[in-house]
Amino acid sequence: MLEINDLYVKCADEDLDILKGFSLTLEKGKVHAIMGPNGSGKSTLSKVIAGDENYEITSGNIRFNGEDISDYDATKRSLLGLFLAFQYPVEIPGVNNAEFLRMAYNSRQKHNGLPEADPLAFQDILLKKTNELNIPEEFLDRDLNSGFSGGEKKRNEILQLAVLEPSVAILDETDSGLDIDALKQVSEAINQLKNENNSFLIITHYQRILNYIEPDVVHIMMDGKIVESGPKELAIELDQKGYDHLVKLKS
Amino acid sequence: MTFQDHDKTIESIVEKDYEFGFKTDVETEKFPKGLNETVIRKLSAKKNEPDYMLEFRLKAFEHWKKMEEPHWATSVYPNLDYQDVHYFAAPKSLAEKPKSLDDIDPELRRTFEKLGIPLFEQKQLAGVAVDAVFDSVSVATTYKEKLKQHGVIFCSISEAIIDYPDLVKEYLGSVVPFTDNFFACLNSAVFTDGSFVYVPKGVSCPMELSTYFRINEENTGQFERTLIICEDKATVSYLEGCTAPKFDSNQLHAAVVELVALEDAEIKYSTVQNWYPGDKKTGQGGIYNFVTKRGKCLGDRSKISWTQIETGSAITWKYPSCVLIGESSVGEFYSVALTNHFQQADTGTKMIHIGKNTKSTIISKGISAGTSNNTYRGLVQMNKSAKNARNYTQCDSMLIGDACIANTIPTILIKNKTAVCEHEASTSKVGEDQLFYLMSRGISLDDALAAIVSGFCKNVFEKLPDEFALEANQLLSVQLEHSVG
Ligand SMILES: Nc1ncnc2c1ncn2[C@@H]1O[C@H](COP(=O)(O)OP(=O)(O)O)[C@@H](O)[C@H]1O
Ligand SMILES: [Mg+2]
Repeated sequence: MLEINDLYVKCADEDLDILKGFSLTLEKGKVHAIMGPNGSGKSTLSKVIAGDENYEITSGNIRFNGEDISDYDATKRSLLGLFLAFQYPVEIPGVNNAEFLRMAYNSRQKHNGLPEADPLAFQDILLKKTNELNIPEEFLDRDLNSGFSGGEKKRNEILQLAVLEPSVAILDETDSGLDIDALKQVSEAINQLKNENNSFLIITHYQRILNYIEPDVVHIMMDGKIVESGPKELAIELDQKGYDHLVKLKS
Repeated sequence: MTFQDHDKTIESIVEKDYEFGFKTDVETEKFPKGLNETVIRKLSAKKNEPDYMLEFRLKAFEHWKKMEEPHWATSVYPNLDYQDVHYFAAPKSLAEKPKSLDDIDPELRRTFEKLGIPLFEQKQLAGVAVDAVFDSVSVATTYKEKLKQHGVIFCSISEAIIDYPDLVKEYLGSVVPFTDNFFACLNSAVFTDGSFVYVPKGVSCPMELSTYFRINEENTGQFERTLIICEDKATVSYLEGCTAPKFDSNQLHAAVVELVALEDAEIKYSTVQNWYPGDKKTGQGGIYNFVTKRGKCLGDRSKISWTQIETGSAITWKYPSCVLIGESSVGEFYSVALTNHFQQADTGTKMIHIGKNTKSTIISKGISAGTSNNTYRGLVQMNKSAKNARNYTQCDSMLIGDACIANTIPTILIKNKTAVCEHEASTSKVGEDQLFYLMSRGISLDDALAAIVSGFCKNVFEKLPDEFALEANQLLSVQLEHSVG
């Protein structure tokens, strides 16, 4: 589904490489987790996959359903079925959340040759989603992420995920900043959305969320690349021994 | 898009053409270029004006000859040659004002239809009465009779000068005297047409009133004059729109608008300004929009509210103001000024507090893209007599790209201790992170930018009459299309 081949990435205005030979293959219907210390390049990776032009791919490529998408803009990647739940979602004042969601939804409908939803019909779709996800309806009347608490922003990302139904979703530290109840709700929502046709890449700092969403593979990322991959038990080991131990082991 | 394009992205510029740039082919009567006393006498005679009006014009002209063109604004332009302008142009078919809408030259009717202003009764905008002005003359005023039944007078200023001399004599120049400034003085001498509104005591005008100004002839100045009077407890909502063809030469537009609100009266004046902004690649041509707009809240508890959406013109020089004389009177100014390419705008407001407990609100949103220059200039003045006066000002600027300029020049003069002014200002760049966020949800770059800008302007758009809020929003998106990307 998503295939990343020996990716080298640097920040647009600096010379330093952030990703240094990152490779990953995410198959259809699978859940992969990436764990790694702060600054190892996890957010950079997710933004590069989503098409952030602040980063430059110096070598390697990203394939989505076999197609090289490295040169596509963010809009096109999204329309193909990619989704990124941001670690730090931005606030957009004055843009109503429900209207934004309808814009995004209709853009996708149009791309797929499906009918666009008018505001009334879309209201029904939205209310169904907010009910399923246990998200307060008043989220819809507010401006996009504007004045949302950290946790509310994360839940709003999940609402967008549910509305857009992507085939590959990347969740960048969606669990951090959530209290235990919110974490459970978010995990439940993801488990509901998960099926044999879509894939999830869950980026996290802590093993905690993996108690609720069972990953098929766990990768450990350090200094811009994957240093170890294994079954879900790897996450528990990491949680107990810490990254330091692993770093020593490697060197 | 590849990374190499990145530097160009934010700077690359709108490709969308000005959609109203066509010229109507009609036989026109024009005065030869040039300005002198004879031209003014000829103009006044042409309009069959009573003597009082000719005297008003000549006095203004004498004064104007001693004045100098102002250049204190941030906009840069060469001194204009006032002898190189035609001071009157009108389609020959309008030598006599058409008796009914059916008598209007079909070519003119088609022009206004193309501009979205149908004059035929059946197609007229529901709930909106329109005065359509083409170059120097008013073509038609719709719903005139219906309004008259309510006692509301809505006609061209030329008709009012003849039919309602007492009202015109009392109020014309009472808010903006001809001595006020260079362009207002010029207008007082040579104004050609415009709208007149009078709402009598206790009447709420039953529909929106609107004037649509169209410049058609090249090298012709447009000098329109609008006067709106609301008596005690009367209310009116008025909207002004404008467009012009594309010419390589700059066209002068120097209008004067005067509003008078008596006790408990309320005037809401909205403008959607979309004059031709000039060539987007060379900056050549476009309208010089030098306008004086002022309202006087004469009566206690009266209210005047200006809302403007400024997207056109090569140069905008415009400060719709309120003089708050009546006790507890209220002045408001809500503005969105968008500049792109080579446009220069120096616009803002003046709130002059004279009466006790007067209140004013200023909300200004400036958006600059391309290599444009966008300045907010404002004055809040609290006189000694303005006990407990209040002002709230919020000035926000948004920059699109790195090549544009935004300035905020607020002046606050407080002459009494009980007055309070609150001022907030912000400047933001359209965040690449905001654009990326919306795009990562499948929204196109243009739509993402339009959404961010329209969100930025939301609390001003909310002040527009419903019929025009959507239009204003679309106008902004069109002006900004391909500003980034
Ligand atoms: N836009 C940027 N400009 C400069 N440095 C950056 C930028 N983005 C990321 N980095 C650097 O790249 C490294 C990886 O950051 P990030 O991807 O956010 O890591 P993680 O998400 O794993 O904590 C850090 O050292 C960070 O400072
Ligand atoms: Mg991160």
